[in-house]
Amino acid sequence: MSTSPTPPSPVTTDAATSALLQASRTVARQRWRVAATLTAGMVVIYFGFILLVAFRPASLGVLVADGLSIGIVLGIVVILAAWVLTYAYVSWANRVYDPALATLRATHGNQEATP
Amino acid sequence: MRGRTDLVAITFFALFIAITLGITWWAARRTQTAEHFYAAGRSVTAGQNGFALAGDFMSAASFLGIAGLVSTSGFDGLIYSTGWLVGWPVVLFLIAEPLRNLGRYTFADVVAARLRPTPVRLSAAYGSLATIAFYLIAQMVGAGGLIRLLFGISYEAAVLIVGAAMMAYVLFGGMLATTWVQIVKAVLLLGGAALLALLVLSRFGFDPRALFAAAAAQQGAGVLAPGKLISNPWDALSLGLALMFGTAGLPHILMRFYTVPDAKAARQSVFIATGLIGLFYLMTFILGFGAMVLVGPSAIKAVDAGGNMAAPMLAELLGGRPFLGFIAAVAFATILAVVAGLALSGAAAISHDLWANVVRKGHPRPGEELKVARIATVALALVAIALGVAFKGQNVAFMVGLAFAIAASANFPALALSVFWRRTSTAGAAASMVVGTTATLVLITLSPAVQIDLLHHESAWFPLKNPALITIPLSFATGVIVSLLRPDAESEARFDAIAARVLLGAPD
Repeated sequence: MSTSPTPPSPVTTDAATSALLQASRTVARQRWRVAATLTAGMVVIYFGFILLVAFRPASLGVLVADGLSIGIVLGIVVILAAWVLTYAYVSWANRVYDPALATLRATHGNQEATP
Repeated sequence: MRGRTDLVAITFFALFIAITLGITWWAARRTQTAEHFYAAGRSVTAGQNGFALAGDFMSAASFLGIAGLVSTSGFDGLIYSTGWLVGWPVVLFLIAEPLRNLGRYTFADVVAARLRPTPVRLSAAYGSLATIAFYLIAQMVGAGGLIRLLFGISYEAAVLIVGAAMMAYVLFGGMLATTWVQIVKAVLLLGGAALLALLVLSRFGFDPRALFAAAAAQQGAGVLAPGKLISNPWDALSLGLALMFGTAGLPHILMRFYTVPDAKAARQSVFIATGLIGLFYLMTFILGFGAMVLVGPSAIKAVDAGGNMAAPMLAELLGGRPFLGFIAAVAFATILAVVAGLALSGAAAISHDLWANVVRKGHPRPGEELKVARIATVALALVAIALGVAFKGQNVAFMVGLAFAIAASANFPALALSVFWRRTSTAGAAASMVVGTTATLVLITLSPAVQIDLLHHESAWFPLKNPALITIPLSFATGVIVSLLRPDAESEARFDAIAARVLLGAPD
């Protein structure tokens, strides 16, 4: 492989390519929706936590059990939430996204997807 | 406990150095081309890359820095533990797959994919190198303190040793050696931290609640709530923003996605990395509070003003000199590996983005790019040594927090805009990166951390210790406004073709 950068794909206007673009746009939109929702979920959870830290520090010091403050519990919840959300994305991608890409490749395989 | 040379410690150090140099020697024979040097021939598996990502990410800041912050300030240190983890889902959802499908060696490849390359690469290299410099400082400061604690050699000599070892790994072994050094280190670090956490818990009947209760009884209930460290609520918010979005702009992390064969592997590797890193950060809760209760904040601060030696001191207390030697070797390995990854991404910014694509307009002479990358590695090692000596005594987690502010403001907005927003223009992306980097650097200089803590002035011009709250929105706004004012019809027309490639990968 050469060390020069790959030039951007030329913008061709033939029918096959535009069909590919059309089909890929649908898949792209679907991925974007899932990605945006999950990102928003993570942002809400983490910044919910940070806003409490910043503006309601005293409430996080309340003990729910001996030695266990709400702040520490929520910190652990944030870490668990990050795990759950990444798992949700990977399992969606394996069930829905990869098969959709495979279909896209199979239908339009002779242009973009094959080497 | 300071200053005595120790046979066990030296043995662990020597063992680690020998193993990693062996890996480097093995990798050197397989590193012939730029493709190998930057991307390990794209032969790394998802599982290996997951460990390598975790290895690259769990730096001295995570191990020494967070343990230090928690042990001296309690709960506040946990803002770092959580913040550094939540950046990973963001990388997974938004960045990993498009990056793998659009680029070749650096994240600038992605931004330049449909924009005019020269301005984009110049500004991307500026942002990358600024991020890397701050990240390097923190690692060098941690390494210097650690080696001084263990061997009693001077801080400056310790920094010099780290710089030289990092240079050797990168220079000869490239990405393949760096990847395997990261994997070895990730396993050692997770194992070492787990062992240390278990030893701590064994003192408290294996009940973390008993540990936290002891901390509250000894140091006051305040240590279980936000307090000492974050006096200004906007500072907490700003730090949180930097930590969350910084990961998606770290050049050495983004570069790792090019070492795997395809986007699916990139996705799986982030999933594995998130699991490992989360596990590690859960353990930092135990290590930090363990050091607070068993070693004590004042003893920790007496050895290192930044608190960075809390975890090694805890190890000595629980397992004696041999365990200190082991943990110190692990921490040292951690630093070396991260520094090697940083140096490699810095060398790629210089040789791939600046030399091959800007100076040679995308047509470097055969073999030239690799040669420039190696020269750049040597130069970066010298810079890292100089910066490490200059910034002695800072908390390494705080320093890395600043590196994250630069990454989140300089690189992440342009990367996200160019992939997701059709109307992003060349001028917009370049302006976003230049303004983001410059504004962050200027505001850090004017912040209390530099003005009051470092220069001992009475007051600071800018109130926040971490400027991300201002600079991330500023960088996004600059990208959007300049794109609208200076549109780029050609780039816009290429958006659909690029969007298809985001899904399917490059046609080569």
